[in-house]
Amino acid sequence: MYFTLNNESANTDDIAPDTSLLDYLREKQNLTGTKEGCASGDCGACTVLVGTEVQGVIQYKAVNSCIYPVKSLSNQYVVTVEKLQEVTQCGSDLTSVQQEMLECHGSQCGFCTPGFVMSLTALELEKNTISTPNDQPIREQVLDAISGNLCRCTGYRPIVEAGCNALKKDNQTFKIVQPPSKKAQNSALNEYVTASTNLASFFARPITEQDLQAWLLLYPQAQLIAGGTDLMLAVTQQYQTMPQLIDLTHIDSLQTINETDSYFEIGAAVSYQQLEKFAKQHAPVLYQQLLHRLGSRQIRNRGTIGGNICNASPIGDMPPYLLALNAEIEIINNQGDSRRMPITEFYLDYKKTQLQRGDYLAKVYISKAALAQPIEIFKLSKRYEDDISSVLGIFTLTQDKSLQIAFGGMAAIPKRAAETEAFLAKHSWISGSDIEHKIIDQACEILAKEFSPMTDVRASSDYRMAASQNLLRKACLAFSQPSAQLGVFHHA
Amino acid sequence: MRKLIDPAQVKTTDNQSNSAGGVGHSTKHESARKHISGSAQYIDDMPVLPNMLYVATGYSCHAHAIVKSVDLSAVKQAIGVVDVITHTDIPGHNDVGPVYGGDPLLAEHKVEYIGQPIFAVAATSLHAAKKAVKLAKIEYQILPAQLTVEEALSAESFVLPTHTMQIGDSEAALTNAQHKLNGQIYVKGQEHFYLEGQISQAWPTEDGGIHVITSTQHPSEIQKLIAEILSIPLHLVVSEVRRMGGAFGGKESQAAALACMAALFANRLNRPIRYKMPRQDDMIQTGKRHDFDNKWQAGFDDSGLLQGVNFELSAKCGYSPDLSEGIVDRAMFHADNAYYLGNAVIKGHRCKTHTVSNTAFRGFGGPQGMMAIETLMDDIACYLGKDPLDVRKTNLYQADRTTTHYGQEVEQQVLPELIEQLETSSNYRIRREQITAFNATNPYVKKGLALTPVKFGISFTVKHLNQAGALLQIYTDGTMLINHGGTEMGQGLYTKIQQVVASAFGVTVNRVNVSSTRTDKVPNTSPTAASSGTDLNGMAAQNACDIIKSSLIEFAIEHYSTQGLTLTNNDICFENDLVLIGQQTIPFGEFIKLAYMNRVPLFAAGHYKTPKIYYDRETAKGQPFLYYANGAAVSEVSVDTLTGEYKVEQVDILHDVGQSLNPALDIGQIEGGFVQGMGWLTTEDLSWDDSGKLISNSPANYKIPTAFDVPEKLKVDLYQQHNTEVTIHSSKAVGEPPLMLAISVWAALRDACASTTSHKFIPRLDTPATPERIFWALKECQDYLHTGTSRVQGSEKEQVN
Repeated sequence: MYFTLNNESANTDDIAPDTSLLDYLREKQNLTGTKEGCASGDCGACTVLVGTEVQGVIQYKAVNSCIYPVKSLSNQYVVTVEKLQEVTQCGSDLTSVQQEMLECHGSQCGFCTPGFVMSLTALELEKNTISTPNDQPIREQVLDAISGNLCRCTGYRPIVEAGCNALKKDNQTFKIVQPPSKKAQNSALNEYVTASTNLASFFARPITEQDLQAWLLLYPQAQLIAGGTDLMLAVTQQYQTMPQLIDLTHIDSLQTINETDSYFEIGAAVSYQQLEKFAKQHAPVLYQQLLHRLGSRQIRNRGTIGGNICNASPIGDMPPYLLALNAEIEIINNQGDSRRMPITEFYLDYKKTQLQRGDYLAKVYISKAALAQPIEIFKLSKRYEDDISSVLGIFTLTQDKSLQIAFGGMAAIPKRAAETEAFLAKHSWISGSDIEHKIIDQACEILAKEFSPMTDVRASSDYRMAASQNLLRKACLAFSQPSAQLGVFHHA
Repeated sequence: MRKLIDPAQVKTTDNQSNSAGGVGHSTKHESARKHISGSAQYIDDMPVLPNMLYVATGYSCHAHAIVKSVDLSAVKQAIGVVDVITHTDIPGHNDVGPVYGGDPLLAEHKVEYIGQPIFAVAATSLHAAKKAVKLAKIEYQILPAQLTVEEALSAESFVLPTHTMQIGDSEAALTNAQHKLNGQIYVKGQEHFYLEGQISQAWPTEDGGIHVITSTQHPSEIQKLIAEILSIPLHLVVSEVRRMGGAFGGKESQAAALACMAALFANRLNRPIRYKMPRQDDMIQTGKRHDFDNKWQAGFDDSGLLQGVNFELSAKCGYSPDLSEGIVDRAMFHADNAYYLGNAVIKGHRCKTHTVSNTAFRGFGGPQGMMAIETLMDDIACYLGKDPLDVRKTNLYQADRTTTHYGQEVEQQVLPELIEQLETSSNYRIRREQITAFNATNPYVKKGLALTPVKFGISFTVKHLNQAGALLQIYTDGTMLINHGGTEMGQGLYTKIQQVVASAFGVTVNRVNVSSTRTDKVPNTSPTAASSGTDLNGMAAQNACDIIKSSLIEFAIEHYSTQGLTLTNNDICFENDLVLIGQQTIPFGEFIKLAYMNRVPLFAAGHYKTPKIYYDRETAKGQPFLYYANGAAVSEVSVDTLTGEYKVEQVDILHDVGQSLNPALDIGQIEGGFVQGMGWLTTEDLSWDDSGKLISNSPANYKIPTAFDVPEKLKVDLYQQHNTEVTIHSSKAVGEPPLMLAISVWAALRDACASTTSHKFIPRLDTPATPERIFWALKECQDYLHTGTSRVQGSEKEQVN
């Protein structure tokens, strides 16, 4: 397997399947400018750029190299901080981002700095390569770009200033030019000519669903990996070995969003970054209230909707949204047989789903009618950005004015508040531009019977319960009084 | 005389290529270019040495237990494992504790926290070492664990004796006071979360000694502890630090275990050893800021003026003393913050818990001590129906109210004027009215506002640490190398020392190189801590400059007298990279060459010891601090009353750094300290489960601030006034004090909660003030509105009921 590393061809054939890009860079390539701060994708010190060729143009994204399996990089382009000096033009040995970081005193201990430089460089490159201009205010763009970078010294002000200054400069001051890489075939079984059921260790990169099914037929026990933003922690935190990995990120059909008359079909390996673009157009509340603060920029560039669904964590953020919208999912097995079900039937118990050995999640279907419904999304967490929800509440009003409610963080699975919904369907909770407080109080009592959340590091069960009840009140207020000032976070 | 500098101006005043970049300039961090290009080398970036091995430790999974048996046979068999050791393999003294000891490198028969190392492995890779330690079979006899301050207090179980400070007669004052309040606040600790985790690399020397490169604030202590562990003399150990990727107090004593472990294996195996703690091990195995449970009784008059107060400060020390003596003392020294107590008794308990031993963290107990009296100020204001700012101003040290509870006089009364200035520049009064109006019309979102001051004592409270050394060498091309006892952790100490030396010789900073801190260059160093790095090492460097300069001046007078010139000391000047000799000028480099040819010594060791300071622990009186650094901040917040979520909207800071050595670096310390303090008091929530296991053990569940949390409206101004004490260029220390400016954020959050009762009631708000804690504080306000019983926590009325 080949990829391009700082304009040179790199080979990872003799590397273990679960090796991270960070370990590869630091240990095999002696590129130590990229730092390890946490090895869990939380701090951004290991941020590098990964480029993919799209219609002849390489589009770069910032990623956490600590949880990026290096073997997934086939035919992609990696740029590390060491390369930036060499690609500057205009006679300076620093890029505009680096120059501004210097001028603004953006580094103190310096350990997080290469990561910030790379995140801001990704933003800079996006400005230069994306034809549609980003209409977000510059400061918001910068905050978004560094949402996955922690700095413990500066308090961020000089870094944000440096990012804004660099972005305001008219002309791009540098461009990464890379030679065409030695094309390796992103293949299925033919990559392992001797493929049989006794490969102890492999990293497979199928490029079609048929290839995927073939791999799954031979190795139904193999681990599927997409963004790896959660899975790779088993390696970097628990020191487990994952010898058999099947990568889903090279299969086009799993990475596209198709539109039909009444549905959007979202491929399971569609990243949050793709979803953000989709949501800005078709689900603005999803973007504003959830996606832009889910994980970090780096995580959203890698994490996938299917990963979030199949991970089956009770605190994943996408499942409650999909539950409230009555989304459907399509599961395909290693024989190619497909079955479609409402996502409300998918979750059975803690980390237990309808997925059988050899199955994969192929698509998520969201109806246009559901997307058009009024919706309120409330994510509660200790920190606003890049934090796992203590409670996530999704509230949507159907055309017949019934409220559909789903919660994350309130049970062993992401779950609809079915009894509360049923009660509210029978009672009028809205009167003119006000809400019927008594009815909603009663609904809150039912909610308390329906859920018994737990106490953990993120919140107490009492808070989860009381807050979820208030989220119901807040949603009802928002539906009845759209002009009321609710909440403290406001977005463009 | 007094001049404000804002960050925008800082950038434009800086132009290294045209100016000397010396003292007073916003010279860039000496490593800034290396930071942004990824070429600054941290220990884990050093080239891998041949035969190098990597370390991991196997640690206790019980908070308190007897280790009955340890079976390491499977560990020894594991792939890549070269050596496995337990405490019996330590040739010397099995203790890496500072001051009092009590911290075995490897546990002997008893374990006292979850995470305490029992054995260690050296293997061919970190992954191999980590995988191997999981294979150990250890049997324990579980003992009852004491996990909270409350349990320790009721068992009277302390790691060190309780200390008391006292002034006046607080009993009588409390009895006679017009109004009385009592209260309590629990202030949680804080994980350092330096981005570079703990790490050391050691290799054997040909003399049977050790050279260790370590990420520590205290290289000399590491040198001493390695010598003790290996039972070898100090002169065989070299301890070196080039830079740390952040430290914040967490690498003062906590780096020792790694350095000693690496040295131990290096010595046993005669191979280089690297010991890097993965983030989760670092969070579990190294100490944090102490939790404090603070209680008080206070008496005051109608104006809010304190008549007398008793404080009881109880720190969660963990299982051993570590640095807790000094930390709790500093909490007690700062229980007054900026306010005259008059009559007071302050007790400090050092509670023993079966948790990791807590340690230094920026502020060193001071912040926790201040939290008590800042709570009290707001409580008094609520009780009397006053604006908290007025109560704070009334109580400041001023006029003839200048004696602290430990007997030191507050000589520089900076705060009354500083606060006045900030109150005006931040439009405090107008915003207070606007916020009151906003809150009256918004049922679901409430705003809060607070101005809080900081007065922070500068000097180590352990007297002998207040000294420093520096070694200055000038080479024949006119370039200079300065080494000193301080370490660089990002604060810009090396840059400030570079500026001090450059200014002393009137040369550009580029002529001065600052290189690794090494115990074989400058011995017997103090930790770089207590904000003292620049104060101590800057003066030592200055002293070294003065020694060489006087030799050079003496030489110049003598040398040029042979050319018929009659010169005095005043005729020789060093400026603009030139030496002025009477009417003549000679380039600095030429002059140095001339001096060398004439056999003038071009190197010198400087030394400094802080004057005036002392503290008598028997009488609990003295002058522990040379001076105080001051500051104040105004914070405004919005709170969602339905969920407890909040946003910090605006922060205005005015901070006293004396005459700034480097405004950009000082502003960096102020902003960084403030945001770190804000994290401590808001989102950073250390949590343990009932068995004593840390459950906030990764950045996924321990949340330090991100850029989003810092308000766009963040204004930082320097209150530039010469330090009236003799310090390096009349500057003041800046490392720790700004952290406590963040108390204003917490006070504003509490103010927003209280606004839901029209400030008739103010709820208790323990820290960190997470959305959940705000939610419960708001609930307490609602309960007050429904029942109307108590006014302020612990008020007389409540006591009577």
